[in-house]
Amino acid sequence: MAKRERLSGNEAVAIALRQINPDVFPAFPITPSTEIPQYFASFVANGQVDTEFITVESEHSSMSAAIGASAAGARSLTATSSCGLAYMWEELYIAASNRLPLALALVNRALSGPININCDHSDSMGARDAGWIQIYAENNQEAYDNMVQAFRISEHKDVRLPIMICQDGFITSHAVENIELLDDAEVKGFVGEYEPENYLLNPECPMAVGPYSITDFYFEAKRAQAEGTKNVEKVILDIAKEFAELSGREYGLFESYRMEDAERAVVIIGSAAGTTKDAIDRLREKGEKVGLLKIRLYRPFPAEAIAAELKNVKAVAIMDRAEGYSNNGGPLGADVMAALFRARSQAFAVNYIYGLGGRDVRVEDMIGIYDALAQIIEDGDAGETYRYLGIRE
Amino acid sequence: MSNVTEIRWHGRGGQGAKTAALLLADVAFATGKYVQGFPEYGPERMGAPITAYNRISDSVIRVHSNIYEPEFVVVVDESLLETVDVTSGLKEDGAILINTEKSKEELVPSLRGYKGKVYTIDAKKVSLATLGKYFPNTPLLAAIVKVADIMDEETFLKEMKNSFNHKFASKPEVIDGNMKALEMALKEVQ
Repeated sequence: MAKRERLSGNEAVAIALRQINPDVFPAFPITPSTEIPQYFASFVANGQVDTEFITVESEHSSMSAAIGASAAGARSLTATSSCGLAYMWEELYIAASNRLPLALALVNRALSGPININCDHSDSMGARDAGWIQIYAENNQEAYDNMVQAFRISEHKDVRLPIMICQDGFITSHAVENIELLDDAEVKGFVGEYEPENYLLNPECPMAVGPYSITDFYFEAKRAQAEGTKNVEKVILDIAKEFAELSGREYGLFESYRMEDAERAVVIIGSAAGTTKDAIDRLREKGEKVGLLKIRLYRPFPAEAIAAELKNVKAVAIMDRAEGYSNNGGPLGADVMAALFRARSQAFAVNYIYGLGGRDVRVEDMIGIYDALAQIIEDGDAGETYRYLGIRE
Repeated sequence: MSNVTEIRWHGRGGQGAKTAALLLADVAFATGKYVQGFPEYGPERMGAPITAYNRISDSVIRVHSNIYEPEFVVVVDESLLETVDVTSGLKEDGAILINTEKSKEELVPSLRGYKGKVYTIDAKKVSLATLGKYFPNTPLLAAIVKVADIMDEETFLKEMKNSFNHKFASKPEVIDGNMKALEMALKEVQ
């Protein structure tokens, strides 16, 4: 039986973790993710979980401990934001290259400087090439549902890669909204027991984790790792299907909103997708053919499916909540444009940088994006393809 | 969008404006509404101006922006009237609720020409009389529920009693005082 509740995104993720009851949770606090280990610590204190909760002295250590626990054969995770993720950097690559299933509850926050506690995606976007699976949420419900599905994806024998479950700092992490929770037993049944194939605490099969590898093996190891990422899309879709049977809530690689006959589309990640949906409904009332593609799975990048979904649009705006400093667009912009190019798309494509450091995004802002796309179609010229939304010049 | 009630709270860090917004979301949720309650943080320090927001609706709320054209504004600390444009975007058919000892007439010059309704409550008086300490958010919560007509008083008090029983399970001695603060605030708001 689903339970109607009202929770912040952080509470929702903490409750998912209580229901999952992982083996090991090493934690170090950083705003705005601090509440996740904070709520979880109370579950530990109340005896609601039997997780080994380890308070460590840094994020480098929290990720190291999660990696050690996973290598030992335990189901482990940690949580962080912003500079905390940056401080985990070398460990992120170690988790992925050793094919260690584990989860990171990431609450997206701007990287310094200037120092800022609010939402953008610069933290996780910087980690996009570390070999982790990255899944993003629009609201508290999606953050909860993604967390419930996380270990099934990460631990799947065809995948065995670490997974980052991302949500927007403060905008969803600290906003109380309606949500439907699954029963504890339903989550436990869905997630199941973790049965690792190879692990350090198995005396029957001694193994090494993280050995030195010289030139004649390193390249092949990286190639084998890339093979694991190829299986992610199928596993995510299979698990989403099972989750839909349990919850009635459907997930894919991305969400399409009113895309059936859309001539103009926005591609966006995170909480601003909800704001964009309100903009679309207003424009649709006036007969405008506008739609949205909201990224759920960002790494690995479902390029073919995205290009196929955009094949009939005349103009697309790709929205990046991170600056890439490449002079060639933000990370999502570069990925989507590469996908469109390979699919020989003729659509006009422009890339917007928006919402850095928590800069608010309003319905009117997104209407302005669709208006700009209409202008591009009318002009037959994309003009400047690298734009900023709502910046003071 | 037309059936969404939007409320903006202005307070200072440490006064409980965020908590009040979350409590309002809680109590509206209990009556079957879709709700949002969220803070906007500026500098993280006691006394700095902070803003918090509520949306209350009969249908799913998807927008995730701040609120620029609220129906209602609650001012937790009247000293903010001097420094923050609290009536910015406030709808003329809405209202502003101010925590103050002063009369409406005294406050009007500080409202930058706002033509809508003005309500006041002396949350300090209510809080000291019922709780013995100054916690402005409990009286203000009751006052905004009445001003914005979010639910009838009986339902509100019943839901809040449930909420306090849960929230203060470990210190039941404060429940009566908080309930009295709500009841007194419903009468005192002008």
